[in-house]
Amino acid sequence: MNFKHKYFFLFPGLFVLIGILIFPIIFVVRLSLSGWNSYNPGLDFIGIENYIRLFTDDPRFWESFFRLSFLSVTTVILQYVIGFALAHMVWKDIKFKRFFRVLFLVPMMTTPVIMTVIWRTFFHESLGPVNDILSNFGLSPKWLTDPALAKFTVIIVEVWQWTPFMFLLLLAGLLSLPKEPFLAAAIDGASPVRKFIYVTFPLMAPISIGAIIIRLIEASKIMDTVYVLTSGGPGTATETSSFYIFIKGLREFQMGYAASMSFTYLIIMIISLTIIAKVLTKLLLKE
Amino acid sequence: MKIIKTCLTAVISSMMIFSPMAYADKWSDQFPHIKATGDIPGDCSYEEMSKKNYKGKTLKINTHAIPVMGEPTALHAEQFEKLTGAKVEVTHTPAGDLYSKAMVPFQAGQAPYDIVFGFSNFINDWKRYLAPVPKKYMNSTEMKDVTKSHMGVSSWDGTMYQYPVDGDRHYLKYRKDVIDNPEMQKKYKAETGKDLKVPTTWKEYAEMAKFFNGWDWDGDGELEYGSAEVMKKDDLMFAAFFSRSVAYAKNPRTPGGFFFDLETMKPNINNPGFVEALTDWVEATKYVPPGGINFGLGDEIGSFGGGQTLFSFSWDDAFIAAMQDDSPIKNKVGTAPLPGANKVWNRVSNSWENQYNQAPYIVWGWAVGVAKKSKVKDMAFDYLCFFSNGANHQADLAIGRFGVNPFKNSDFDPNIYINSMGWDPEIANSYTQTLLDMEKSQNRVFPLRVPGVFEFTSAVATGTSKALAGQLSPQEALDEVAKEWEAIVSRVGKKAVRDAYAVGVKMEDNQL
Repeated sequence: MNFKHKYFFLFPGLFVLIGILIFPIIFVVRLSLSGWNSYNPGLDFIGIENYIRLFTDDPRFWESFFRLSFLSVTTVILQYVIGFALAHMVWKDIKFKRFFRVLFLVPMMTTPVIMTVIWRTFFHESLGPVNDILSNFGLSPKWLTDPALAKFTVIIVEVWQWTPFMFLLLLAGLLSLPKEPFLAAAIDGASPVRKFIYVTFPLMAPISIGAIIIRLIEASKIMDTVYVLTSGGPGTATETSSFYIFIKGLREFQMGYAASMSFTYLIIMIISLTIIAKVLTKLLLKE
Repeated sequence: MKIIKTCLTAVISSMMIFSPMAYADKWSDQFPHIKATGDIPGDCSYEEMSKKNYKGKTLKINTHAIPVMGEPTALHAEQFEKLTGAKVEVTHTPAGDLYSKAMVPFQAGQAPYDIVFGFSNFINDWKRYLAPVPKKYMNSTEMKDVTKSHMGVSSWDGTMYQYPVDGDRHYLKYRKDVIDNPEMQKKYKAETGKDLKVPTTWKEYAEMAKFFNGWDWDGDGELEYGSAEVMKKDDLMFAAFFSRSVAYAKNPRTPGGFFFDLETMKPNINNPGFVEALTDWVEATKYVPPGGINFGLGDEIGSFGGGQTLFSFSWDDAFIAAMQDDSPIKNKVGTAPLPGANKVWNRVSNSWENQYNQAPYIVWGWAVGVAKKSKVKDMAFDYLCFFSNGANHQADLAIGRFGVNPFKNSDFDPNIYINSMGWDPEIANSYTQTLLDMEKSQNRVFPLRVPGVFEFTSAVATGTSKALAGQLSPQEALDEVAKEWEAIVSRVGKKAVRDAYAVGVKMEDNQL
């Protein structure tokens, strides 16, 4: 076979890669070096002015980034713990196992925006059913208007929506585990807790790392929940990086500046997720 | 011969007199939307539109989500199709995305939509991509009825780019059955020592709202509250803040700019007038319904329109919703000008003037334009002219959820509301008088219409929402906004912002 033919067959894949990945990234970088906005549309060249503004004169971006870090780490930890518990539960031979497996997946199958609208209605402080019930006990939490509680509300919605994804990955992992280590532990008379700590959890480490990283990537893009639930408020209490970039780019139409934020955010995420993956690997895969 | 002549004259006269009615019957049979008035003769009436033939042509429209403005757009599109044979494709877009959905293709040199709906304060950014309204429509019977202030809002330096379909201003809405109730007046006097009346200052507004907050004053078994306001960040809250600011910061004796000092382009947004307004607004978080600081416009309409609060101020929609036939508080609500203040800031002498001040805010509202690159401009303008013809406009006015509000001189006739909408005459009179007084006022504030307007209003929303949430004090919040405004002016260019702002200042200073 002619050597050149090999490259010919690579073209479709390369073409798609360039079209949907390489070109957009290059365009974002170019856009970030321009002052494109509503009154000055076009790819003029302003050097690294946008980056200087971002690093020296925009504390709101960094505040939103740290808020995002808090929200994404908290939600993913909760999703992991709850997802693992649920997966562990239906891994065993329990009644209606199939029913529960499907039931636990339902939140993930719903449309996030629509579900968030429903959650917003639930948590509506004067018309929502949650406070209606709690008022019987003399409670009326400010779910969406107290800066601290609003973050908690975002976490509740995110955990509800995405725990099933974690559950799905971890259940698949559990079902693929070899039986021998469990038999050996049973022969040795290990209690269920010891079996979990010394057998199940270590064996699940590789899939856990993968699941956590995938969810961290997704959670760090949190946007629709914030947009619908709180619009980043009260004040800027729940504003995340992606929501802030959205405001600057598509609300204020500062395209050039939003591109510089997007690219900076991408770099930070690549670096931090690589570090997180390494740390998790070191912690969970000691052997 | 004389008898024949007399009979002929009588027949012709009666044909002339009853001909509009004949059209009315004919068209309202086919289009029940206009059954209250029938067709109203005009250049863009049903009769005139039926003479057009746009068969084989397609009109593409980007409008707001249903119902506000989206529903009348779709309804009139369907009627237009039936009358002219055109095909009309309507796309519905959330309010927050209307700007970018048009701007992205505009900037890329494309025109995926022939007609784009947005807000009147987009005009500076959009005008270079929109076709000016042709003379033919400027001279139409419908256009001649548009008020001077709304002709100004739709135009830029004398050229009209946005076709008037809606008129907007902020004013006070109140529960008339409470404020005018002798028992409530007695109770209020006994407990506060003050008279219960329509508030004329924001301080009075706050006192009354606090008094009527958190108890069942209408006996419906539910708790009621003081005020419903648009306080949700990025949901038009900046307009609510400006409504509260005009009383303290729009001084008729210091022309030359409400938002900026036109000469220096220094922002006024953090002067003591605005700070006083924001301080009042922070105080208002204590008398809004639970969750009220997360209320968007829809929540405000639902809250006041549903009878939950004593007061509200913003666009007409909450009032119209309250006055609809299905409302539990129909004919129990009243309108009045926005409250004023007993002091007003003088930015020239840098001191308070201790005298009463009130200023109407002719807030931005729905606006619509035809893309310069559209290939069916004639059809597009015909559609817009048809949208706002006499019959459609009067029918749309009666439906609160449509978001179509008065902008024609003929709209200020109270009989429209009494006869076709069943309003109490006193309420109809006070409503039209309130709107009319705003038209006549010489101390008005118009919306900010400068390049990059969204950056300015977004900064206001962020700053004021931080104050409402208790993250910053009013002064700190507005200092932050002023700093951001200065940065925006510097990025956009002082001259560009000043030139654009000067047009608005001319309107405010009654020079246009």
